[in-house]
Amino acid sequence: MFEATELNLQNQRRERLFRTLFLAMTLLLILPVVVILAMLVYKGGPMISMDFLLTEPTNGMTAGGILPAFVGTIWLVVVALIASVPIGIAAALYLSEYAPDNWLTRAINLAVINLAGVPSIVHALFGVGAFVIFFRFGTSILAASLTLAVMALPVVIVSTREALQAVPQAFREACWSMGATRWQTIRKVVLPNSLSGILTGVILEVSRTAGETAPIMFTGAAFFLPFLPETVWDQTMALSLHLFVISTQVPEVPEALPYGVALVLISLVLSMNAVSIAFRVYLRGKKKW
Amino acid sequence: MSHSADRRDAAWWVDRAVQSLVFVGGISGILFIIGIFIFISKEGYGFIVSTLDFGEFFASPRWRPTSSHNPTYGALALIAGTASVTGLAMIVAVPFSLGAAIYIGEFATGKTREYLKVLVEMLAAIPSVVWGFIGLSIMNPLIIELFNVPVGLNVLNSGIILGLMAAPIMTTLAEDALKAVPDTYREAAEALGATRWQVIFRVVLPAAKNGLVAAILLGVGRGFGETMAVLMASGHSINLPTSPFDSVRALTATIAAELGETAAGSEHYQALFTLGIFLFIVTFVINLTADLVVRGVRKQRP
Repeated sequence: MFEATELNLQNQRRERLFRTLFLAMTLLLILPVVVILAMLVYKGGPMISMDFLLTEPTNGMTAGGILPAFVGTIWLVVVALIASVPIGIAAALYLSEYAPDNWLTRAINLAVINLAGVPSIVHALFGVGAFVIFFRFGTSILAASLTLAVMALPVVIVSTREALQAVPQAFREACWSMGATRWQTIRKVVLPNSLSGILTGVILEVSRTAGETAPIMFTGAAFFLPFLPETVWDQTMALSLHLFVISTQVPEVPEALPYGVALVLISLVLSMNAVSIAFRVYLRGKKKW
Repeated sequence: MSHSADRRDAAWWVDRAVQSLVFVGGISGILFIIGIFIFISKEGYGFIVSTLDFGEFFASPRWRPTSSHNPTYGALALIAGTASVTGLAMIVAVPFSLGAAIYIGEFATGKTREYLKVLVEMLAAIPSVVWGFIGLSIMNPLIIELFNVPVGLNVLNSGIILGLMAAPIMTTLAEDALKAVPDTYREAAEALGATRWQVIFRVVLPAAKNGLVAAILLGVGRGFGETMAVLMASGHSINLPTSPFDSVRALTATIAAELGETAAGSEHYQALFTLGIFLFIVTFVINLTADLVVRGVRKQRP
């Protein structure tokens, strides 16, 4: 008959202690954020109304709504997507379907990792130097969105590559053995089987770009513009910059107003993120292979 | 084989065209990283060759670019600001994210594990300007009240905020590093009679060491380059900090705060781009090191 020795018991106690300790650390990491989010909802919640979303800021941004900032953020995100998604998918296709294992591929991978690590304010400087000044786009939605697009490129590349690589190699081989070219294989087999995975990455990119502030500060986002942008050459307000402006630059803003803006911004970002995650979980459950 | 080896029909040409197109996309990552360096250097190099005094830049804490008769460009206080905030953030974030990664990777199972991972991923998505706002409106009064200090926008505030920001990313990366350790390692250790904590501390952690170091390095890189949160929560005064309650100004925050006030091409404008070049190089080196550290792991393992 097995009987627990003193050593067994000691080990058990020790394991329980560590388990509890690590659980406590995990919770301590998550808890403050939950409390903070609750405070945002509590203080910003009363601000949220259709009026808040659909009117312009008034009284030197100390009252009124956030319509131009909200619409501006949508403009910035959409133009950034149009610019970055095709390039990102092409890059991922190259890395997943074409790239041989050589120094160039390693260099590309390294560049993608580094691009993701470049500080956002350096992206802003690049946007000013390249798009605003060199390409003469001026401070405009176009310049700001292209800056965001370069910044978000690694997100698209990495998530798309993952989606492509999740397609089993046997699918490709079956297609090649029928005499299909690489591109025919990609278009008829690889892309249809990974499209939803790619979409997940794109939604994730929306969530990232919507919250960025530094890259758009000097490239196209304006402190205050009480009308809606009409073309990509216009400047625009943006939710993220609006939050920065009314919480640091404008005097006598009522306390609830920035909480309201923060709540709208974070709801937008987190809901997009949640959609992306839910989509991914759903796909994993549906997978046929 | 019935068909000839030379099959240059329309499909072949389309395939060729797509291959070239995709190749251009493929190298775009390299082009952009080089492009970033070229364009920020182009705006900043005039200052580097004519005005910049390296001794002053790295040794003087006096950043007075707007002084009318004698502007000085000492970045020491800004570097110290960035370093102190990042340092405190790592003190906060490293133990907690490693602990959380161990719990999620080694202890949690099934649904709990999935929920925790999703939660951590969501935390990583909170925009930095929202973190800055939290530092400004929630942490600031809290610090003033708890520690009885006149101003709550300081190293402590931005360090904690930055720690909370960096922790989810580090947790995810560290958990990936733990997951990369083959299960056979754990099974072998368990077969020898090792307890769970012996498996973790004697087998899994040593095997995942490089991946964990890389996770921490990437966290440091992120802290170094974070802009909005540090701009809003650190108090914005140029200072060599001597205590966590001193206000500081980070490199990134300086660029963000001053670029809007400078005329394109002016000395001050070029100096800010020089700070950008410095930031780019430092983060590049950090990311490169992290990559080399991870690569070291792969080389060792057969």
